[in-house]
Amino acid sequence: MLYAVLCYNDEKAVSAWTKEEDDACMARLGKVEDSMKAKGKLGPVARLLPTTSATTLRKGSGEPLIIDGPFAETKEQFLGFYMVDCESLEEAIDFAKELTKANPGGGGYEIRPVGLYHPSEIG
Amino acid sequence: MMVDNAWIAAALTAARPQALSALLRYFRHLDTAEEAFQEASLRAIRSWPDKGPPRDTVAWLIFVGRNCGVDGLRKARHNVALPAEERLSDLDDVEVGMAERLDLGHYRDDILRLLFVCCHPELPANQQIALALRIVAGLSLRQIARAFLVGETAMEQRITRAKARIAANPVPFDPPDAEARLERLGVVAMMLYLVFNEGYSRGHADPAAAQLCDEAIRLARLLLHLFPAEPEIMGLLALMLLQHARHRARTDQAGQIVLLDDQDRALWDGAMLAEGRSLVEKALRHAEPGIYQVQAAIAAQHARARHAADTDWGAIDRLYQTLEVLQPSPVVTLNRAVAVSKSRGPAAALALIEPLAERLDGYFYFHGVRGGLLLQLGHGPAAREAFNRAIALAGSPAEAAHIRLHLDRLAELGPPPPAAAIQ
Repeated sequence: MLYAVLCYNDEKAVSAWTKEEDDACMARLGKVEDSMKAKGKLGPVARLLPTTSATTLRKGSGEPLIIDGPFAETKEQFLGFYMVDCESLEEAIDFAKELTKANPGGGGYEIRPVGLYHPSEIG
Repeated sequence: MMVDNAWIAAALTAARPQALSALLRYFRHLDTAEEAFQEASLRAIRSWPDKGPPRDTVAWLIFVGRNCGVDGLRKARHNVALPAEERLSDLDDVEVGMAERLDLGHYRDDILRLLFVCCHPELPANQQIALALRIVAGLSLRQIARAFLVGETAMEQRITRAKARIAANPVPFDPPDAEARLERLGVVAMMLYLVFNEGYSRGHADPAAAQLCDEAIRLARLLLHLFPAEPEIMGLLALMLLQHARHRARTDQAGQIVLLDDQDRALWDGAMLAEGRSLVEKALRHAEPGIYQVQAAIAAQHARARHAADTDWGAIDRLYQTLEVLQPSPVVTLNRAVAVSKSRGPAAALALIEPLAERLDGYFYFHGVRGGLLLQLGHGPAAREAFNRAIALAGSPAEAAHIRLHLDRLAELGPPPPAAAIQ
């Protein structure tokens, strides 16, 4: 069974870490990843850039509303994600627009640039 | 949950601007608000390791700080004893209610006011910066004094004087209307960029100076959280990130400035560059160009080039032309000249900057750029004269040393080095 493990924390507190604290935390996490990697069980790993760099497409009737900032969760839940390699934010928005057409109704898509990416180790 | 001292320190630093600005709204007096926050922080340090951290640290600090402040005022008035610690023992229910009332709208204006207070027009730039670092970022007097290369007593006096001026000319507490809010935002953005530049211009070999850059970035990020759709705030944060990303490559082991052309691009911070570039893209979608966005777009052009030779100098020249329209200034034209020298040659660049000679005569960088262009054109003696003038005007030893490097090369009569460029 594939599992996605989602990471949550207080973004303001994390961005108040010094570079040394951030590096130390990443090193500790890296060790945990390594043990999974050794077993050939580690899929892609990504650290997202802060929510200030997010752009959100809110679905509604007609064209989706494009909003700066993260998806403000109200009654929706996190259901899935795509990883796409785009030339520009515009290209990513176009892709997300296609998704909204294929899946109209409620909810939306949040586009977050990826700051750190390790490709999948799973065959 | 693991709550060690480092965790608490980071949480308090992160919560400070929001909590302190709410306390300022409540007490309407800066020193009282600061003391209340201080007391709340001490209680956090005492109680969080045992009881665990609250769900909402900001709300906890505001609530406790408010009680401490009120008690402090009461004590000052009637000299009664402080209440027992137990009063603060179970804040969970209160916390939830507090958090609900502290909506984003309040936060926004509170924090903007706190930052705006530091930008009082009566305060000179260096006092604005010191005040913001002390009050908003919560740096200690010692840290700020070190960053400014002055003694602690002198810095304390500077901050005390600044506070006295603010107290004499208070910022109104009514929520600003949309126009006033935007105006405050612009003033605050400029102050944050001053903080950043104070650190950046000093060079990052000095950790105290580098900390100024970190704090400016942190506060700009906070501002963008509060105003997520303001393209100029995206631009401001992007500009800082893109410049700061190069800090490890900007000075060599000897503390000398390394020009952009000669920097080891592998030392650039990839995550910071990615964040900066993505913010530039986001901002440009708004099609409301501003000075920070354009400068960030210029920095992003440099960030895109894997090697110095890949730089699109034509695009940078066009961006500087936009900047000249938005912010006409001889310094902008001077920077544009560097791009012109790369895309159209040193003669065209020299023609662009010669008319600026009178206005920029006291600016070291003007003479540095001019010397570099003259050198490329083979005018050795004139180049030497310009470099000597630049050394005499240099603001830091690293800058002077850098110009001296050009002079040394001139003495060797080797191949002409690249023109002095944007760092």
